Amino acid sequence: MDIKDIRNIVELMNEHGLTLLDLSHKDFHLKLKKGSDLDNLRELLACLPAGGAAPALATGTPILAAAAPVAVLSVPAEPVGTEITSPMVGTFYSKNSPDAPPLVNVGDAIAVGQTLCIIEAMKVMNEIKAECSGIISAVVAEDGSPVQYGDVLFRVK
Amino acid sequence: MFKRVLVANRGEIALRIVRACRELGIESIAVYSEADVDSMHVQLADEAVCIGPGPSKKSYLMADRIIAAAEITGAEAIHPGYGFLSENARFAQICTASGFTFIGPSAEIISMMGDKATARATALANGVPVTPGSEIMRDPDAALATAKQIGFPVMIKATAGGGGRGMRPCFHEADFINLFYAASNEALVAFGNGECYLEKLVINPHHVEFQVFGDSHGNFVHLWERDCSMQRRNQKIIEECPSPLLTPELRARMGDASVQLIRAINYQNAGTIEYLVDAAAENFYFMEMNTRIQVEHPITEEVMGCELIKEQISVAAGQALSHHVYKSSPRGHSIECRINAEDPYNNFAPSPGAIDLWYAPGGKGVRVDTHVYSGYTVPSHYDSLIAKLIVTGSTREIAVARMKRALGEFMIRGIKTTIPFQQEILAHPDFAAGTYDIGWVARFIEERKI
Repeated sequence: MDIKDIRNIVELMNEHGLTLLDLSHKDFHLKLKKGSDLDNLRELLACLPAGGAAPALATGTPILAAAAPVAVLSVPAEPVGTEITSPMVGTFYSKNSPDAPPLVNVGDAIAVGQTLCIIEAMKVMNEIKAECSGIISAVVAEDGSPVQYGDVLFRVK
Repeated sequence: MFKRVLVANRGEIALRIVRACRELGIESIAVYSEADVDSMHVQLADEAVCIGPGPSKKSYLMADRIIAAAEITGAEAIHPGYGFLSENARFAQICTASGFTFIGPSAEIISMMGDKATARATALANGVPVTPGSEIMRDPDAALATAKQIGFPVMIKATAGGGGRGMRPCFHEADFINLFYAASNEALVAFGNGECYLEKLVINPHHVEFQVFGDSHGNFVHLWERDCSMQRRNQKIIEECPSPLLTPELRARMGDASVQLIRAINYQNAGTIEYLVDAAAENFYFMEMNTRIQVEHPITEEVMGCELIKEQISVAAGQALSHHVYKSSPRGHSIECRINAEDPYNNFAPSPGAIDLWYAPGGKGVRVDTHVYSGYTVPSHYDSLIAKLIVTGSTREIAVARMKRALGEFMIRGIKTTIPFQQEILAHPDFAAGTYDIGWVARFIEERKI
């Protein structure tokens, strides 16, 4: 791959408003990133109070790192409507069992008392029930991911 | 050794544990309430999990959320700090049952020594003196004989008594029978029950506690004492190591008794045995045992040259006591002032709020353990301790002068703190002389009419 090819790719990215291209070929691996690197920024901000002497973590971005209050670290989606937040700490599951379909999907109408998801903690599967009615506008938490108290699980219109 | 440890606490002790983990190459996980999101320990830990809203019983006291946080972060061990769940046997049990190492003694030991009656009985059974006392004495003459056995002065206490009623201190044998009837009648009239028992009265006692440590390899040690007699309403405000009261002979007796006790019950990890010592420095009496690390542990660290939090972690990981702990010897003198967010001239009313200027003292022999920084807001949900100022010097005189100097440099603007009150105490001749007992602060406040 020569510089002309790379320039073509960059122009293509600009034309289509892309910010990341990660291309793996048997002969080479090309990664082009446009704009600020959110992951690196997140780590930098997390290290600031320690005076730059950051602990070298091999595990990559800590998923639950204490964030400095900077808007750039939150999920880019515009918050719309009511947020349903996690009342406990544990692992979020969108389904009752691995083979079952998700309990709720975007666009579903929900009623008070309806089970929205499961949060597993200390080997107990806790059913999280809706405290409001409405239409699910976003499923924010990822199936199988850890959640802490206050994390946004769903957005409801 | 553990790779990840969860810190189940907040404030200065949480930061202390995070720092110890970092020095050991262990990843630390902080849990925090929504009120503590800006706390320094949350910022400096390797990971942090929010476990609830401000109020402790909805966050730091929620054992299930703490365990869940340990589960989702892959922690191997949990350090409970002091307060909160640190002496909760059920929490220790849940930790173990959930597959995490509880950094402290076992749930059984916590249970045994947490119950005052069982602890006293255990101490007594293992040759540790407890405050002598009697059962209900129905006959005044038998009571007098028992009083002589216990040794005067004694306190005649109505078993149904309370609020100071039905109690009579008796200093002389000749007054005993009259006082016995007086106490008994007062209780009969006030509570409908005149039955009395006796307890040895320790006059103006000193609170002297011994730091102890045991491991799983059969090693048990004491790390000298701390004098914590400077208390206001049973809350310690200044501590020092060593105690200005103890003679080497008394120290040896108390130290031996302490080690004997922890060896007998196979106590593992850090603990503190609290004693009352009479003014003559002749007799000591077991009061209680705290099965956790104490707030004032830094003065022991400074004098004995040991690392207590790291030792807790390594002993919990199954290692034997470190050489520097097992073979530690004292050097110099250390004093700690607990800096609280309270107004000492307004009945110690809590003073939470935003701190807009924070300048902590420095220089030789000054250590400040705090989670606070300039711009921090002290939340109202928790205890008022915001910093521990620990000074060390090669002699007690140097340590006292150093503490005065350090207190004078400490600038905290935006809230009230106990610093000016502690300055008054440090300047008092009784402190310089080291002659203060657990009633001293109350008497000082009374005289000063604060």
